[in-house]
Amino acid sequence: MDVLFSDMADDALFEFLHMEIVAHVYKEHATRDDIDKERVTCISTLEAMGFRVGQGLIERFTKDCPTFKDDLDIMKFLCKDFWSTIFKKQIDNLRTNHQGTYVLQDNKFALLTQFSSGKQYLEEAPKYLAFSCGLIRGALSNLGLESVVTAEVSLMPSCKFMPFI
Amino acid sequence: MSRQSNRATDSKKMNSELFTLTYGALVTQLCKDYENDEEVNKQLDKMGYNIGVRLIEDFLARSSVGRCHDFRETADVIAKVAFKMYLGITPSVTNWSPAGDEFSLILESNPLVDFVELPDNHSNLVYSNLLCGVLRGALEMVQMAVDVRFAQDTLRGDNVTEIRMKFIKRIEENLPAGDE
Repeated sequence: MDVLFSDMADDALFEFLHMEIVAHVYKEHATRDDIDKERVTCISTLEAMGFRVGQGLIERFTKDCPTFKDDLDIMKFLCKDFWSTIFKKQIDNLRTNHQGTYVLQDNKFALLTQFSSGKQYLEEAPKYLAFSCGLIRGALSNLGLESVVTAEVSLMPSCKFMPFI
Repeated sequence: MSRQSNRATDSKKMNSELFTLTYGALVTQLCKDYENDEEVNKQLDKMGYNIGVRLIEDFLARSSVGRCHDFRETADVIAKVAFKMYLGITPSVTNWSPAGDEFSLILESNPLVDFVELPDNHSNLVYSNLLCGVLRGALEMVQMAVDVRFAQDTLRGDNVTEIRMKFIKRIEENLPAGDE
């Protein structure tokens, strides 16, 4: 399955690291009694980490790339080049209402494949999407677009990321 | 240079940068969460351990490496197969103790520390300590108790990064594993 990049399995290492980071962040904040507050703190911590990483990645990546025509062009870049470099596949489906809302659908999201497919563990999914939402927000930010990114899962490992510009 | 090859090199670079940048974000977060470097080092080791105990299965599945017969073979597999596979580097194995139970991995370059500088108030931070935990956890799953530590670190001014690994004992399979 990993025929693309010779013998390297650095994506596996990232996936393990990501899982451990999520576990750690939640363990750290588990002492709070207020479940909702804890969840918000954990999610935003993970999102913030993803944001910084997304910014850093774009800084290095697009040095030689031409400038983008418009927002849609940027989103296409995100869906094709950016996504396939990080997650080894492109976004499966991009939709927009042409008014600032976009939906990026990944039918087999790399960070969710560890869970059995279907509806089990649906509650856990947001934890594993927070970092990636930040990744998208950070990338867009460095490409000149401020956004708010949310994510939605209804059937693992498929999920949707929704940047709102 | 054609645009095609630019993309390919960019892609490969960006891949390892994803891990490097994420690791950097983790260390930054830990420094915020914990008051002193020693605590951060401990957390990194613990997290590394948790990763290591799972990574070993992934490694064995991908590499089809058989059981190592002695510590020397283990050292070679770690340096030439594991490090290459996950971090894209091949450290050299040197400084064997006379008893053959201790050796060093010398990393000319450490991908974790690209673009990283330690600020003055973190002189005790062992930035790459996650690696020690990973090695310890992974080897424990194949019945080897080892001690792993950084002997030299380019981030702290040394010329190379040196990881010292010491074999403690063989773990019997019927004893409960781990101390975490």
